[in-house]
Amino acid sequence: MQHSSNADVQDQPLLAIEDLHLSTRSAVLVEGISLTVNRGEMVGLLGESGCGKTITALSVLGLLPKHAVKVSRGRILFEQTNMADLDETELNRIRGNRMAMIFQEPMTSLNPIMTIGAQIGEALEIHRKMAGRERKAEVKRLLGLVGLPSEDAQLQRYPFQLSGGQRQRVMIAIALACEPALLIADEPTTALDVTIQAQILDLIAEMRKRFGMACVMVTHDLGVIAETCDRAVVMYAGRIAEEGPVDDLFGNPIHRYTEALIGTIPAANPPGSRLPAIPGAVPPPGERPKGCAFAGRCNFAIDVCATETPPEVRRGAHAGYCWNPAS
Amino acid sequence: MSPLLSVRDLVKHYPTGSGGRVLALDGISFDLDAGEILGIVGESGCGKSTLGRTIMRLDDPTSGEIIYGGRDIATIGKRDLKQARRDIQMVFQDPFGSLNPRHTVGTIVGEPLIVHGIANRRERIAELLDLVGLPKSAMERLPHQFSGGQRQRIAIARALAISPKIIVADEAVSALDVSIQSQIINLLAKLRAELGLSIIFISHDLSVVRHVSDRIGVMYFGKLVEYGPSQSIFEAPRHPYTRALLSAVPRIPGRELAQSAVPERIVLTGDVPNIAHRPEGCLFHPRCYWKQPDCDRTSPELRVLEGDDFPARTCACHFADDPAVTTPN
Repeated sequence: MQHSSNADVQDQPLLAIEDLHLSTRSAVLVEGISLTVNRGEMVGLLGESGCGKTITALSVLGLLPKHAVKVSRGRILFEQTNMADLDETELNRIRGNRMAMIFQEPMTSLNPIMTIGAQIGEALEIHRKMAGRERKAEVKRLLGLVGLPSEDAQLQRYPFQLSGGQRQRVMIAIALACEPALLIADEPTTALDVTIQAQILDLIAEMRKRFGMACVMVTHDLGVIAETCDRAVVMYAGRIAEEGPVDDLFGNPIHRYTEALIGTIPAANPPGSRLPAIPGAVPPPGERPKGCAFAGRCNFAIDVCATETPPEVRRGAHAGYCWNPAS
Repeated sequence: MSPLLSVRDLVKHYPTGSGGRVLALDGISFDLDAGEILGIVGESGCGKSTLGRTIMRLDDPTSGEIIYGGRDIATIGKRDLKQARRDIQMVFQDPFGSLNPRHTVGTIVGEPLIVHGIANRRERIAELLDLVGLPKSAMERLPHQFSGGQRQRIAIARALAISPKIIVADEAVSALDVSIQSQIINLLAKLRAELGLSIIFISHDLSVVRHVSDRIGVMYFGKLVEYGPSQSIFEAPRHPYTRALLSAVPRIPGRELAQSAVPERIVLTGDVPNIAHRPEGCLFHPRCYWKQPDCDRTSPELRVLEGDDFPARTCACHFADDPAVTTPN
């Protein structure tokens, strides 16, 4: 591992994904994703199912399914260290410490036969070498931090005794145990009701403010990205379709896919009207067409879209990859 | 014109292990007109799926009436029930779990035709597939060869097979991707227009419900807390719960149509209610931002706000007429 001087570290992005390619033996899942996340920043990764957003997030933590998916090109630099070069021991030193992840379904990511006190305590024991009374006090502090009751009896509860929102709070408490520099949240509110979603998004925002934590928000929900992120990347069929500040992205989209996606949501249309639907479905990996992968579903496709990789159309920090850009 | 379906004071109890019972439906009343889409919204556990299942008589109601075609579906026997189900069909959320993976699409869509003894099956199946926008060749294929959106089309074709008058759609677009969701919403709207179908559209997604529904019922804790024309509910929500629900939908700048009535985000404290623990008084009071001293003692009745007919706007809040309720504190 290489270490740079402290001043240097502060200038560098916290996370820099460079030209990342992820492949299975038979198909390319992710092609040429580049993404930087600065300290304290909240960046969105937006896409529909099968676009490669979750596998990209997993690769950042070195959690790719072994022997099945590998980094075939590119680098994932987290605090100047290439995650793809690290072995399991080195990864474990970073995961849960400097970087943590929360998932969509807090029921399956928590151990059903361990009390929540023990599960949060385990993280403290492994990463912060805490034990006994000190550990218990810290578990209680973390529960209070994420807005859960922290009396002794509460530590003895099991995941099945909690609601979906409470379980996601426990997951966040575990993720925060070591005050990570980066939190990766993969559809953290998709399984929750809107009223509870609002609470959890507020909680993540508050934790960011308090600890200067950066966050990558992986979701299919345009509204969640618009409300929580500074910048976002729109993925389609394993590639970046568009990236930029959220206001530009939603206000003046460049890529026809982003434009169509925004246009199709019910809130953007008069009640009862026919929605401008996007025909067809996202092509699965291995069946992705040449040129622009969206061309077959695009109302604005021109001949070149089907044959050549689309060029970058850039307006400052906002860029899209489209032959016939919107606006 | 009398309504196609009238539900009156529908109650459903489930027994609990300890000899107690939980009230999943607590006196639900509404009308459904021919060709109407009624949206039912609420959080998980509010009883909206139980409502759909009870109307279908997949679950038997504890009490109350479900009047369809002059008869009470709530109490009819097996043979009459089969007849009634020709007219009321259901579409479920998960197009992966609701289709038999080892049956061809032709078998799946044709099964209701066999059950109800209808001839010329092949012709009818082809017609149904065409109606939902699938090619005739789909008949010979298996569900796994289709995407989520296409599978939901198959499920809709099956529900339409015996020409029902009413479709109960329980979270029918919730599991679909954004770009696919709009295709299915458009399909349901087309079917309503072409076939004069009535739809009970159950969903947790307010912007989708607003888009498709003529009338909306907001459910909380097994009760309808607000009910009325879609436009009036979205433009002037009266119940604090409806207001909070509307305000919690994440907005996209410049596209906040659905939230225009509640500009400020109201974040409710506390959790989605657990029907095993029933509060006293107004069921919403533990989470309400407008809670007044009396709310934890007296339960508000569902009362008419505008007009005097039953189908008009109703709301179950002591303070529904108080303009101050619109200001969160």
